[in-house]
Amino acid sequence: MQEPYAIEMLHITKRFPGIIANDDVTIQLRKGEIHALLGENGAGKSTLMSVLFGLYQAEEGEIRKDGKTVHINNPNDANELGIGMVHQHFKLVQCFSVLDNIILGAETVKNGFLQKDEARKKVLALSEKYGLQIDPDAKISDITVGMQQRTEILKMLYRDNEILIFDEPTAVLTPQEIEELMQIMKNLIAEGKSILFISHKLNEIMEVADRVSVLRKGKYIGTVNVADVDEAELSRMMVGRDVQLKVDKKDATPGDVILEVNGLTLASKEHKKNAVNNVSFNVRAGEIVCIAGIDGNGQTELVYSLTGLENPTSGSVKVCGRDITHESIRKRADLVAHIPEDRHKHGLVLDYPLEYNMILQRYYEPEFTSAAGFLKRKEIREYSDRLIQEYDVRSGQGSITITRAMSGGNQQKAIIAREIDRGLKFLIAVQPTRGLDVGAIENIHAQLVAERDKGCAILLVSLELSEVMNVSDRILVMYEGEIVGELDPKKTTTEELGLYMAGAKRDPQFQKGRG
Amino acid sequence: MLLLIQYTLMFASVLSLVALGGCYSEHSGVINLGLEGIMVMGALGGAMAMQFLGKAPVIVTIFVVMLAAVIVGMIYSCLLGFASIQFNADQTLVGTAMNMLATAAATIIARSFNTMKDPNNVSNTLQYIKQKRAFLVYFGRFEFNWFMVVAVIMLVVGYIVLYKTRFGLRLMACGENPQAADAVSINVYKMRWAGVLISGFLGGLGGIVYITAGVSEWKFEVGVAGFGFLALAVMIFGNLDSKVYNMMPYIISLIVLAFTSKNSAAPKAEGIPYDKSTR
Repeated sequence: MQEPYAIEMLHITKRFPGIIANDDVTIQLRKGEIHALLGENGAGKSTLMSVLFGLYQAEEGEIRKDGKTVHINNPNDANELGIGMVHQHFKLVQCFSVLDNIILGAETVKNGFLQKDEARKKVLALSEKYGLQIDPDAKISDITVGMQQRTEILKMLYRDNEILIFDEPTAVLTPQEIEELMQIMKNLIAEGKSILFISHKLNEIMEVADRVSVLRKGKYIGTVNVADVDEAELSRMMVGRDVQLKVDKKDATPGDVILEVNGLTLASKEHKKNAVNNVSFNVRAGEIVCIAGIDGNGQTELVYSLTGLENPTSGSVKVCGRDITHESIRKRADLVAHIPEDRHKHGLVLDYPLEYNMILQRYYEPEFTSAAGFLKRKEIREYSDRLIQEYDVRSGQGSITITRAMSGGNQQKAIIAREIDRGLKFLIAVQPTRGLDVGAIENIHAQLVAERDKGCAILLVSLELSEVMNVSDRILVMYEGEIVGELDPKKTTTEELGLYMAGAKRDPQFQKGRG
Repeated sequence: MLLLIQYTLMFASVLSLVALGGCYSEHSGVINLGLEGIMVMGALGGAMAMQFLGKAPVIVTIFVVMLAAVIVGMIYSCLLGFASIQFNADQTLVGTAMNMLATAAATIIARSFNTMKDPNNVSNTLQYIKQKRAFLVYFGRFEFNWFMVVAVIMLVVGYIVLYKTRFGLRLMACGENPQAADAVSINVYKMRWAGVLISGFLGGLGGIVYITAGVSEWKFEVGVAGFGFLALAVMIFGNLDSKVYNMMPYIISLIVLAFTSKNSAAPKAEGIPYDKSTR
C-alpha cells in the first residue's frame, strides 16, 4: 500500500572530506503530520536539511515529492517545490518592517514597483487564519523574538509553502512562547501543512510530534511513533546508551559568603538604559547559584563586570572579602575562575596548540616561565598532558593539537580543565553546555557538582531551562538588567520561572530600580 | 553673488551625484572608499572625449561626454567589484588603493594623450574650452549648466529606485543581512555588483561635472582634490537626504548636518565580504 508522503528522502548519503555526514538516511514525511528529527549535535540533522533545501547535493539517494523524483539544486528549487524553512538563527533584515521582510524575494511588482497594499492584505489574512499575531509595520529590531519567529513563519506561508521545516525553533523562546509555538504548529497541520521539526529537546517532541526519526553520528537509527515510546527510550536511541537525564546531586551545604555583589550597575553601549541595573546578590561556598533569563537581559554584561571584561559604572564586587571591582583581570586571576560564554572569543586562542591554551591563565607563573622570561616547554607539556589525562580531553595529537581542529565539546572540556584545575574558591560558568551534545552535557554538569561539593562557589549563567532547574541550588532571574526574583528549583515550576523571565512577574523583595 | 549661487549649485550637483553613487554601493553592503578615484577616472574619460570630439554638435557632445565619463567610471569600479565581491578583499584597502592608482594613472594617461598629439607637449593638463560651452546656457550673467538638471533627475530617480522598487528592497537587504537575502534566493553577489557598478556610473558622472564646473582645463596631477571624500562624508552624515544641499552652500550644510544626524546608521553588513558558508 502506498502511503501519501509529502516528501521522501530515500537512502541519502552525503560525504564531506574525511567524514560521512549522512550515511544511508531515509526519512518520509507524511502529509499533515509533524515529523520530528532528533539527534545530537553533529548527528547530521542540519546536513540532511541542507540537502533537502538545496544547499548541498547528496552523493547517493533520491528525494521524492508526492511520489515523484525531484532534483533540488538550490534554495530556489526547494521554494518552487513548496519547501520552506525557519532557520535557527532568523534570517531577517533588522531595519526593515515585518511586511518588507515577508515579501522580500517574493515581491508583488508592477513594472518593477512594489505593490505593498496587496501584499499587506495577503499577510493580514494569513496572520488571521493561522493565529499569528504580528504588526506589519513594526521594525524587526523593535519586536520580540516570538514575533520575529512568527514573521519567519509568515514568510513561508506567504510563499504558499506546504512543507515547513523548523530548525531548533524553541531555543530562543520563553516557556510561554514555546506553548504558543506548539499551538501554532498544530494549527498549521490542521490546515493541511506538513512539518519537519528538528530538535534535541525530548519533551517538546513528545508533546507535539506524531512520529520521530532519530539520527546518530550520521546514521539513521529508526523512525517511531511518538505515542509508542517514552523520553528514556528516545534518548537511548539518540545517544546509543542509557543517559542520566536528571543530574545526580546531594543537597547543597552552603558555607561562607564568597561572592558579594552590591548595587552593581553597568551602562549599556546599545541603549540609554543600564544593561545591569543596581544588582546585588551573594554566592556562598558549596552552592551553585544560577542566573536565569532570556538572552540579552543583562546576563552577559553582568558577567563582564564580574570578570573584569568591562568596568562597572557603580557598585562593588567582593570575592573572599577582597574588593575586586576595579582590579585588572590579571590581578583577579587568583580569585576568579571563568568559563566564558563565547569559548572562541574569550576562552581559547584557536590557532595555538592545546598545551598553550591549557596554561593561558598561568603562563607567567614561575612554574611555566623561567626567570629570564623563557617558556619552560617541558613543564608546560607535562602539565598539559596531565590535564588532558585527568579531564579526558580528546584531540587528534594530544598537547600539540591545534585547538581549532578540536570538536566543540573537547574545546569546552579543555577550558573547564584549565579553570577548575586552578582550584579557586569561585567559578563563573556561562552557558557551559551551549552547543554540546547530551553526553558532554552530562559530564560537565557532573564536574560542576563535584566542584561545588569540594566547597567552590559557583555562579552559573544559563539560558537552558532544564539546566537551570536541574543543576542549580538557587535561581536568580534577570529581566532587563535587574534581578526580579529568587527561586528555589525544588519548589518552583518552569511555568513560574517563565513568568519571571518574561517580566510578567516580579518578587516585591526586588524593588524596581531606576532604568 | 550670482557667481556664488552658480558655484554652489554646481558643486552641490557634484556632491549629490557622487554621494548618491556611494549610497547605492553602501546599501548593497560594499563601502566605496574609491569614489575619489572613480571621479578622477570619469573626469579623465570625459575630458578626453571632449578633446577628441572637437567641434561636434551640442547634443552629440553632451551625450558622448557623459557616456564616456560614465563608462570609464563603471569600468574602474569593477576593480572594487572584483577585489571585494569576487575575492573577499578588505574593502577599505581596495578603495584606498583605487584612489592612489587613479590620480597616478590619470596623470600618465593625460600626458601620453598630449604627447601623442604633439611630441613637445609634456603637460598633464587637458583643455576643453570650446567643447565645454555645449553644457552651458546663459540666463543673463547666470551660467546654467545642464549637469544641474542631470543631478536633480538622478536624485529623484535614486529615491524612487531605493525605496519604491523591488530592486531597491533587495539591494538594501543585501547590505543589512546578506544571509537573509540569500535564504530567500536573492543573489547577493549580483546585487552587490549592481550597487558597485551604479556607484561607478554616478561617480564617473560626478567627476566630469566637477572638472567642467568653473574651469576650462584640468591638471590631472591634482586628482579631484578630495571631492570624492567630501561626497563620502555627505553620504555618511546625510544618509541620502542630500537634496537639502541643493539649497545651501555645501560646507555649511555639512556642518549643520554633522550636528543633526546622530541617528544615521550604516548598513550592518557593510564592509563585510559575503561568504556563503558563514551562517
